[in-house]
Amino acid sequence: MSQLRVKVGLGSCGIAAGAQRIYDHLELIHQKNPEQWSLEKTNCIGICYSEPLVHIEFNDELYIYGNITPVGTEQVIESFLQHNTPPSAFLVYSSQLPASENDFINNQVKWALKNCGIINPEKIEEYEQMGGYQAVLKIQKWSPDRIIDEIEKSGLKGRGGGGFLTATKWRLASKQTKKNKYVICNADEGDPGAFMDRSILEGDPHGVLEGMIIAGKAIGATKGIIYCRAEYPLAIKRVQIAIEQAREKNYLGKNIFGIRGFDFDIYIKEGAGAFVCGEETALIASIEGKRGMPSKRPPFPAIKGVWDLPTVINNVETLVNIPTIINKGAENYARLGTEKAKGTKVFAITGKVKKSGLVEVPMGTPISTVIYDICGGTANGNKIKAVQLGGPSGGCVPAHLLDTIIDYDAIIETGAIMGSGGMVVMDESTCMVDVAKFFLTFTQSESCGKCTFCRIGTLRMLEILEKITSGEGEIEDLEILEDLALEIQSNSLCGLGQSAPNPVLSALKYFRDEFEAHIIDKRCPALQCSALIRYEILADRCVGCYQCRKVCPANAIESNDRRIHRIIEENCIRCGACYEKCRFDAIVRS
Amino acid sequence: MHIEKNTNKNLQSTECQIDISALETIIKDCKGVSGGLIPLLQRIQDQFTFIPPQAFKLIDKELNIPESESLGVATFYTQFKLNPTGKYTIKICKGTACHVQNASKIFDAISEYLQIKAGETTDDQLFTLELVSCLGCCSLAPAIMIGEETYGKLDDRSVISIIKEIQSRESK
Ligand SMILES: Cc1cc2nc3c(=O)[nH]c(=O)nc-3n(C[C@H](O)[C@H](O)[C@H](O)COP(=O)(O)O)c2cc1C
Ligand code: FES
Repeated sequence: MSQLRVKVGLGSCGIAAGAQRIYDHLELIHQKNPEQWSLEKTNCIGICYSEPLVHIEFNDELYIYGNITPVGTEQVIESFLQHNTPPSAFLVYSSQLPASENDFINNQVKWALKNCGIINPEKIEEYEQMGGYQAVLKIQKWSPDRIIDEIEKSGLKGRGGGGFLTATKWRLASKQTKKNKYVICNADEGDPGAFMDRSILEGDPHGVLEGMIIAGKAIGATKGIIYCRAEYPLAIKRVQIAIEQAREKNYLGKNIFGIRGFDFDIYIKEGAGAFVCGEETALIASIEGKRGMPSKRPPFPAIKGVWDLPTVINNVETLVNIPTIINKGAENYARLGTEKAKGTKVFAITGKVKKSGLVEVPMGTPISTVIYDICGGTANGNKIKAVQLGGPSGGCVPAHLLDTIIDYDAIIETGAIMGSGGMVVMDESTCMVDVAKFFLTFTQSESCGKCTFCRIGTLRMLEILEKITSGEGEIEDLEILEDLALEIQSNSLCGLGQSAPNPVLSALKYFRDEFEAHIIDKRCPALQCSALIRYEILADRCVGCYQCRKVCPANAIESNDRRIHRIIEENCIRCGACYEKCRFDAIVRS
Repeated sequence: MHIEKNTNKNLQSTECQIDISALETIIKDCKGVSGGLIPLLQRIQDQFTFIPPQAFKLIDKELNIPESESLGVATFYTQFKLNPTGKYTIKICKGTACHVQNASKIFDAISEYLQIKAGETTDDQLFTLELVSCLGCCSLAPAIMIGEETYGKLDDRSVISIIKEIQSRESK
């Protein structure tokens, strides 16, 4: 009897796509025949657009089935059991056979995501079978300096957006003589449109804990805090389970791993919904129970952080890389990437892209490789207009620069930033003025209000963008936008304000013609800004069904004696209801 | 999409009927916990679905944290509600990925169907509508969350049928 292991991808994206229903269904059938095959849970492996996903391990080969139903899964399992062969329907990945997503998986290099979608995140044993918690044992006799030297050799930089050398931060904290110190895992993942950290916490919580333990050993901390946003209930639950399991095995607590004098424990703090709390000084204020307002640095948290104690704050992805770097050797990590950007980076690719999901590639990979070779270009074959990096603090890389490599400096040269890993693909149907307005709406409402330029300057910029998208813009507005942007950048205390104008500046840099079309021609080339869209009924296509007239809320449609309809331009409020309703493609937009 | 300021943040003028002793127990429980104000407010909200106005006075009395401070914290974070919320909170994502996939249509459809705006609660106290930035399910954009359940790849029709399903389940 060959071995058949069935694993359902139960990440929150998988569950939203129906994976829990599959698992429940399989559990029922499994009870009837528990010896023949095993049923397990895992997390998302990153092929999010094909979810729900069911992984099948058969004769040591992996087959992944996607876009599948409970009954479909049952049939796939039957086929394995009865015919000993993998069915090809629903097959999305296989290490053996051709399948639609083989390129998506095979073109990646996984360090941070190596366990995601492979192990059951709720079982510490599975993490240990993958070499988990070996890194702590490896460094148990190392001095703090030796640990930090090793991290320094890897060249690892912070993955939370700042790109600061992890070793430098650790060394500063390690030199502090205070007895109590903190390690904080920043799991606030504020960039709206990114989910790398969620996936790592859900899929490999022990990896993050182990990274924190090693950080604790390196700087001499006794406490760790995971600051996680409340929108991630499943991540919080999985981390909680992991912490309890680790405590049970004495991997957390007093004299952990039997190392005399090494006390380290971790607890979770749930965020309460404020983007600015991802900024490290605001995060500290929030942990202390205050309003999450940033404060001036220096003093840096590494010297004076939570409760005035030395504190190292690292991003989830930064931390999950640590155990693997220790296990596989810093020089192997540093071998990947470019001169100044080592290792790999995880990206969450979303928007108008064919294959939306999580992708990990070596630094130095061209953006175009990620978008086209791994993620298959756009969903409907439309031309890509730009790729947005770094969310509300970042900017866009236009289509003609997509060969830019993934490297901190190379990306900054385009006017965007590496950011934390959000990559939003935009095609011809995306209006760049609207996107700029979108990001500014976000930063404006998330500004904590401390600095005048960030609080009011962003509002003024937003008002101008609203004016432009509603067709009332003037050409001088563009200059005012640029002036305001520079003032906000230079007169804000924290990164939120300093970077808030970036999306607007970068849109102006590459897509000024779109702004001008809105202002001068009163036209939105992408047909997104409703106030600037004109509707017209094509007389030769109109069948006179009256449907458009019925839905028009403004009585702006009339019909002639042959029952052919016409839009009365002056009355039209440009809501698009008629356009949506017409089944004969007789209404066109321009 | 109308992104309105959260109307939920207007303090209620009338004191509402709540179980004061339950409130007292929670607050007294948090005595001496440093940095405990946010978790305390989270616990109160878990119990009452919002932070009742009486809470701020009690926190002042029991924990010596001035009302200005606790109210300041409660109004800073979007998570905290100062008015009762419905049995289900519908969180509509307005993150980047959802925005470029037409999340505003989802919002408009729900808002029109339930006849409430962002931050408001239906008359039958079943639904509260909320806009959030990113639920972490961007690959299934546009996405929403009802209670702790996330739904993705929605359009203006499928989202209404999800709500109708809950309505019919609740009316039984
Ligand atoms: C407005 C703002 C929001 C931020 N949000 C996050 C976040 O959600 N997650 C994160 O890891 N870092 C965030 N950061 C960066 C942190 O301040 C900090 O640099 C980072 O957590 C350090 O970890 P790293 O060195 O491992 O990247 C944010 C910074 C700013 C200015
Ligand atoms: S942008 Fe909507 S779930 Fe992330």
